[in-house]
Amino acid sequence: MEAQTSTQTLFGRFTVTGKKATRDGFGTGLHALGNTHPDVVALCADLLGSLKMNDFVRDWPERFFQAGISEANMMGIAAGLATTGKIPYTGTFANFSTGRVYDQIRQSIAYSDKNVKICASHAGLTLGEDGATHQILEDIGMMKMLPGMTVINPCDANQTHAATVAIADHHGPVYLRFGRPGWPVFIPADEPFVIGKALTLKRGEAVSIFATGHLVWQAMEAVQILEAQGISCELINIHTIKPLDEAAIIESVSRTGCAVSCEEHNRIGGLGDSIAQTLVRHRPAPQEYVAVDDSFGESGKPEELLVKYGLAPQDVVNAVHRAIKRKG
Amino acid sequence: MWLPFCLSGPTKIPTFESQRETHPPMSQIAELQRTASQVRRDIVRMVAQAKSGHPGGSLGCADFLTALYFHTMDRQPGFSMEGKNEDMFFLSNGHISPVWYSVLAHSGYFPVSELGTFRQINGRLQGHPTTHEGLPGVRMSSGSLGQGISVAIGAALSKKMDGDNHMIYCLTGDGELQEGQIWEAALFAAHHQVDNLIVTVDWNGQQIDGSTDHVMSLGDLPAKWTAFGWDVLHMNGNDMADVVRVLDQAKTHTGKGKPVVILMKTEMGAGVDFMMGSHKWHGIAPNAEQTESALAQLTETLGDY
Repeated sequence: MEAQTSTQTLFGRFTVTGKKATRDGFGTGLHALGNTHPDVVALCADLLGSLKMNDFVRDWPERFFQAGISEANMMGIAAGLATTGKIPYTGTFANFSTGRVYDQIRQSIAYSDKNVKICASHAGLTLGEDGATHQILEDIGMMKMLPGMTVINPCDANQTHAATVAIADHHGPVYLRFGRPGWPVFIPADEPFVIGKALTLKRGEAVSIFATGHLVWQAMEAVQILEAQGISCELINIHTIKPLDEAAIIESVSRTGCAVSCEEHNRIGGLGDSIAQTLVRHRPAPQEYVAVDDSFGESGKPEELLVKYGLAPQDVVNAVHRAIKRKG
Repeated sequence: MWLPFCLSGPTKIPTFESQRETHPPMSQIAELQRTASQVRRDIVRMVAQAKSGHPGGSLGCADFLTALYFHTMDRQPGFSMEGKNEDMFFLSNGHISPVWYSVLAHSGYFPVSELGTFRQINGRLQGHPTTHEGLPGVRMSSGSLGQGISVAIGAALSKKMDGDNHMIYCLTGDGELQEGQIWEAALFAAHHQVDNLIVTVDWNGQQIDGSTDHVMSLGDLPAKWTAFGWDVLHMNGNDMADVVRVLDQAKTHTGKGKPVVILMKTEMGAGVDFMMGSHKWHGIAPNAEQTESALAQLTETLGDY
């Protein structure tokens, strides 16, 4: 994260404009929907400030419902609101948005085909000091296993804003995952967000790096190191983990011959496994994972945790070297 | 024979507006009882045919659901998921699907003949109700207990936002009240003054492993709901006249800042002597001999499917 404060342009296209939390992008996106989508309503389980929902609540109080600390009930109420044609956005931390309410999401939302947008902040290790009770690393896996669920993990505040707006026009349940810390903003504010469409950040020849969420920035830093070493990297942002842009993955790996997946999630059940499933069926190739190695997290600063748990730029660099070596 | 419906296509159920304010005439009660008798036959035949299902609670709630659909609810022709400008019902204790399916079919949501597909592969009448197979009349999946009141609250909030004065009804079991989500929902509905919601608790005192007092006592149920800020009414759920009377009364209690709960005393297995007074018929099917014995106690009034 060393480069985040200075203005720089990466890959000739992406200018770092500062730092903002992805949850800030959710807050501004939700507020924008207040104007454009009268059927959008919001619910929160006692975390309005953390979720950055206060602007929406201030301007559309009649379209907001405070659920208190009762996430299961909130999910059910959202399902009922959706039944009658509203587009509910639920807001709480990622662990309370998934594991705590899995059965409610499964039965009342996913199996009932309810148009509920489950918006989850503070996902992953970068929640930091609160520790493993709150640092969920299994949520992508749980959500992507539900039939019909769309799973999105944007990489910066601008992309989170765009995703928050885009999912309002998609009929069906969505899990939108974002995070707590200030993070470099580099996706142009006017970059279109297309659900299920991978975003190629840089073309390259030796390796395909697929990254989601906060790990996109880690991968961008890694690519700078790798390019300086003379390794041509392709970097693709997989913001939508389900439905997965299989065509983009197959096309890229067909050219580069190996893959590296990067995510702030357990190695088991996340983006890496989705990519591996795609490759093993369509275009077998060596793949290396940058992910948490089947572990809980712990208290610490986000950047310390990313290093300790193997999610730093250098870990991406090392994974790329391993993947290229395995090409033989 | 009085047929209060047609078997398919858009149907507008008579709502007996003229009798709403007073006690319904005995002839109407008798008609509802006749319908409930057929519903009970359907329950027994469906569960027997599928060799699985939940007859006990279904039989206990036959009078209530018959009255709700044929007397109480204001419904639009056909079925729309969004339920604009009509009353809506959510079944939380989804295992009593046989009684709901029968009432829905006789209300015209789908052909009565489809009751023969209950729990069969490729059918819409799943073991527990679902929207997934597109069965008209069903707006949420249920079966995993404790979730229905929350969903009903969401629909009730939506009605208020839209200025739609229609009611939201929800039925839950009593054993189901052991789920924590029920009480989350109870807090929410009172706090947010969801007063267009009428929840009915099937208070039969039985659950799979025995009586609720034995398994996990619910304690003083009226005091609990009162303490949670709800307007509490009582009903004898197996006395059709009382069911109709309390349902009428409940509507007059709405719009006063409090959610309404009806504590409905029923007998699990009501209408079939050997299924009554025990939890044993919660979730097992009668064999051929038992089916014959049960059907001999239930008059065929509207024609078996």
